[in-house]
Amino acid sequence: MTNSTSPLQASPLSRRTVLSGALGLAGIGALAACGSGSSGVPGQAPAVSAGGGATGYTGPKVALQFWNGFTGGDGPFMKRLVDQFNSEHPNISVSMNTMQWADYYAKLPAAVTAGKGPDIGIMHVDSVATNAARNVIQPLDDVATALKLSEADFAPVPWKAGIYNGKRYSIPLDVHPLGFFYNKDVMEKGGLDPEKPPMTNDEYMAALEKMKSKGIQGHWATPFPFTGSMSVQSLIWQFGGNLFSDDAKQVLWADEPGVKALTWFQDLVTKGYSAGKIAQDADIVALQNGKTAFNWNGIWTINTLKEKGDLKWGVAPLPNIGGTKAAWAGSHQFILPTSRTPDQNKQTAARVFLNWISNKSIEWAKGGQVPARNSVRESAEFKALKDQATLATQIDYLHFPPPVAGIGDAIPEFEKALNAAILGGQDPKTVLSDAAGRATKILEANAKKYGG
Amino acid sequence: MAVTVTQPQRPSSGATPAPGGRRSRGRTASVHGSRWTPYLFLAPFLVLFLTFVAVPGVFGIWISLHDWDFLLPKKPFVGLQNYTDLLDSSSPQFQPFWNGMKATAIFVVISVPFLVTLPLLLAILLGRRFPGRTFFRAVFFAPFVLGVAVVGLMWRYLLDPSFGMVNGMLGALGLPDSTAWTTEQPWAWISLAFVTVWWTIGFNAVIYLAGLADIPVEQYEAADIDGASAWQKLRYVTLPGLRPVLIFVVITTVLASANMFGQSYLITKGGPGDSTRTAIMEITDLGLSQYRMGQASAMSYVLAVFLALIALVNFWLLREKKS
Repeated sequence: MTNSTSPLQASPLSRRTVLSGALGLAGIGALAACGSGSSGVPGQAPAVSAGGGATGYTGPKVALQFWNGFTGGDGPFMKRLVDQFNSEHPNISVSMNTMQWADYYAKLPAAVTAGKGPDIGIMHVDSVATNAARNVIQPLDDVATALKLSEADFAPVPWKAGIYNGKRYSIPLDVHPLGFFYNKDVMEKGGLDPEKPPMTNDEYMAALEKMKSKGIQGHWATPFPFTGSMSVQSLIWQFGGNLFSDDAKQVLWADEPGVKALTWFQDLVTKGYSAGKIAQDADIVALQNGKTAFNWNGIWTINTLKEKGDLKWGVAPLPNIGGTKAAWAGSHQFILPTSRTPDQNKQTAARVFLNWISNKSIEWAKGGQVPARNSVRESAEFKALKDQATLATQIDYLHFPPPVAGIGDAIPEFEKALNAAILGGQDPKTVLSDAAGRATKILEANAKKYGG
Repeated sequence: MAVTVTQPQRPSSGATPAPGGRRSRGRTASVHGSRWTPYLFLAPFLVLFLTFVAVPGVFGIWISLHDWDFLLPKKPFVGLQNYTDLLDSSSPQFQPFWNGMKATAIFVVISVPFLVTLPLLLAILLGRRFPGRTFFRAVFFAPFVLGVAVVGLMWRYLLDPSFGMVNGMLGALGLPDSTAWTTEQPWAWISLAFVTVWWTIGFNAVIYLAGLADIPVEQYEAADIDGASAWQKLRYVTLPGLRPVLIFVVITTVLASANMFGQSYLITKGGPGDSTRTAIMEITDLGLSQYRMGQASAMSYVLAVFLALIALVNFWLLREKKS
């Protein structure tokens, strides 16, 4: 919907573009001094690539295609970064192509097979393993070593998630965790202190009960993946459980922690803390309309709520309901799609781009994300983004699905169970076990298919 | 479609050796020129048909005999296993597939009667002469030009149980305003059928209108002279006169309803539970998001066989009864 390549973004940047373009020209002279020698020697070109982009790119002008699915409010932030990169790198021109994520994931494999894939892409962490197994994306170990990127540079959770079968396939850009959003006006109306959101199970229940006595349904429980499934997944980890075993051979969500988690969520409805039978997104709409006080939603909600000028809201890390701190998160990761006819120059330039954006991810954080790169996340500039920084405190206890090919095929079964429990009022243990049974078969079929 | 298109080939073989043929055909023989002429005229359609229907149709059978992921180098041949799995309750695709088939059947049964009868009544109304007739024809046809994404999203908002305009207006009228239109059965099915009727009523109505225009006025005049009532005219003049149109409408409507995807994908998200996940939804999910194209192809062929059988039954039920 939001076309990130809208000309609107270009005009306010023109002055800067011109300025940095001039700087860039000056830079060419400097680069040419050291670059002309190496580019004259035919054998030197691969050496540049072996540099993995660490030494910059000095070859002839190349055009790179960059695909992503940032169709929402995040698109313009990425577009701005790309524009800035282009103006600082006169011999690399990156053009960004934004499409719906669903289309992106369908198009990318087809484009790669046809030899028309982009040079750089973004991928959600839970899709990396599948696409690695299907040869859609290429290993990036050389980039990591060349750019001297290591676990120390990144938050460990998203960094480790980019490894499949012992090889690195993606470099984390951000994490987008679930957070606890609250409407201060409604809290006040419900007799709560709006500056002190409940952070433990006891406090949370007491708050909900208090609001219920004033006729407010405090936490609307949505039966849909966004963000009901993410909430219940967080709860499973909080209760000490997991969705899958680490090798993804077993489905564990029907074990005790899973049943506890879904029961807790279902109780929001049965105990009258939530409206029943609500539709997609009604929970967050209710928060904005002052119908409910609490909502667990993704960090991207920060920008949605900011647009509501008169809404008094706050955000905190997820309350610890189950006893162990944990929260669901997604992560955008850089990937380099497989190329049928590898072009050394493009490969090098793509790596330069990747490293540059990673270092500049503070701009990206403003779009409602937590930067994965430590240097950025620990910078004063990021700490000044108070809401994002609050949710970034969860960085060490965020969870992703195991990096196993086809893991995304099993999660819809969990979501069916959630829907049946919340909308159909069915017994959590029964629906979870049924779903686990179906998901186990899918995982077995996947293990056979991908040879894992 | 294939049947009607291949028919013109038959006269072409007989056209050349019959220069003095019956009726006026001889006069046009020179226009026919070479016997390749008909094929030339057919070529544009034939190319599209072969590329997008015939070849994929046959290639799909080949795919359905394999564990097929177009990106994996290994595509093991599995024989008929993808088909037998659909009958084996321990296979991963058994439950989703038959649940999808059931949902598809439910939707066909509840939507087709309305999609066939309401447009007919509308066409009869719009066939009368009254001021603003063209305007109303346009009004009723208008929703059909909308894409499914627009229709789905719009009705998802309108039917939202908590904040939707439908419940809001019911409430303003003092009627129950908490019906869960999209998140509880049977309301979810009712909503989907209603939205589909609203969306496509104009299309069938236009076809009926064309059919009605073909019924000779004399038949109605004769019926008037015989003193037939309005009902009798409908039963004995209009319906028999519409038979070929009716067959077309019933068959295309059954197929369209059996292919329902966008409405439940957007409005109910397949819920509540998995009750509105249609067969097409399962096939799409399996083939294009889980990349199990062999299994998805097998499902498609089973669905196609079911639909072909239903189309045959329709032909048989609506055949001209020779007394």
